Amino acid sequence: MAVLQVELVAADRLVWSGEATMVVARTTEGDVGILPGHAPLLSLLVEGVIDVTTTEGETWVAAVDAGFISVAGDRVSVLSERAEMSHEIDLEKARHDLERLRAAGENDDAAEAAVRHAEARIRAAEKAS
Amino acid sequence: MAVSLREYRARIQSTESTKKITRAMELIAASRVIKAQQRARAAAPYARELTRAVSAVATFSNVDHPLTTEPESPKRAAILVVTSDRGLAGAYASSVLKEAERLVEKLKGEGKQVDLYLTGRKGEAYYRFRQRAVAQSWTGFSDQPTYDVAADIGATLIAAFTGDDEAAAGPDAPQGVDEVHVVYTRFRSMLSQEPTAIRLLPLEVVEGTEAPSVDELLPLYEFEPSPADVLDSLLPRYVQSRIFFALLQAAASELASRQKAMKSATDNAEELIKKFTRIANQARQAGITQEISEIVGGVNALADATAGSE
Repeated sequence: MAVLQVELVAADRLVWSGEATMVVARTTEGDVGILPGHAPLLSLLVEGVIDVTTTEGETWVAAVDAGFISVAGDRVSVLSERAEMSHEIDLEKARHDLERLRAAGENDDAAEAAVRHAEARIRAAEKAS
Repeated sequence: MAVSLREYRARIQSTESTKKITRAMELIAASRVIKAQQRARAAAPYARELTRAVSAVATFSNVDHPLTTEPESPKRAAILVVTSDRGLAGAYASSVLKEAERLVEKLKGEGKQVDLYLTGRKGEAYYRFRQRAVAQSWTGFSDQPTYDVAADIGATLIAAFTGDDEAAAGPDAPQGVDEVHVVYTRFRSMLSQEPTAIRLLPLEVVEGTEAPSVDELLPLYEFEPSPADVLDSLLPRYVQSRIFFALLQAAASELASRQKAMKSATDNAEELIKKFTRIANQARQAGITQEISEIVGGVNALADATAGSE
């Protein structure tokens, strides 16, 4: 069976790379699931969670900032300025951050993006545990 | 004689302690330069993927974007000069500033007005001393830049380029800058770093080293939501990633030239200590010789005196 070569790349490091059977990501148009043989796609991501099912049947979860996903010939690259694997996220700290951000109560785009990113981190951490 | 001997000893001691400091700085720089190189390598996949994506969009859509459009008659140029926060790195800061000055002269020669953007305290001090206006400067991170800083700088430069800061710039700046240059120090190896000037904006997407290889066919992508939207979000990231790349290279170069400068300082200190030790020994021997000849002279004089009285 064909497999996907997945790379999850943050601005300052390669977060994860390996083989996978399925990748689920949230784009500006909605959730998209990618299986081997997917048509070439270049799409924008919103702050959210990336699910990667590896060839061993394990599921990796990662929280990403806004970025984009590119799919071409079974190569999937997820690029995001900030990306964290679920096991790298400190759930307590993430909850704390979210509360602080909500308490700050700013309403501009940047603040909302920060809140979404914090929520995504918590979702990723919860999903994994 | 005894006084000068003491002076030499004091000088040897102070050179010793200088040597200890420069040696320590050399070792610190040596360990940090490796980390800086690792960081530069770690950032490479992001830049590579981003370049691939940008060239994919650029190839398959004829979308014009403000960031890639050449202005018809460029009148204003912005230069981002990447310098260090601290000195003691040999000619590092001055050579990058020299390169920047050359670029400023060149652009002025082409009849363009030049806005300066700086990173690093050394650059700031240089232009403050000369009382030249600086549009904006960032400091405090030159040996370990983070992506957030690069993103901030990128956002500022893009805003200046697209003219979003019109209101802030006032009436004397009717439109934004027409081109953006970056002057930084390229890290070629531990031994050679060279100041380099590149034009960042308007973007020329496919560039030498980072371009995907020619035989690699770009697939026919589907763009979501639309090519224009994708490009809109990609290009600023691309600019930021290039700035980040420049900052990382500059950091590695700074540390490498600091290591080199500190190594030669340590060597010089060793030289000096050797020289002073020799002079001090000479002075000591001269002192002893003089003392002996004084004693002998005194004894002789006494002997003469007693001989004369008898």
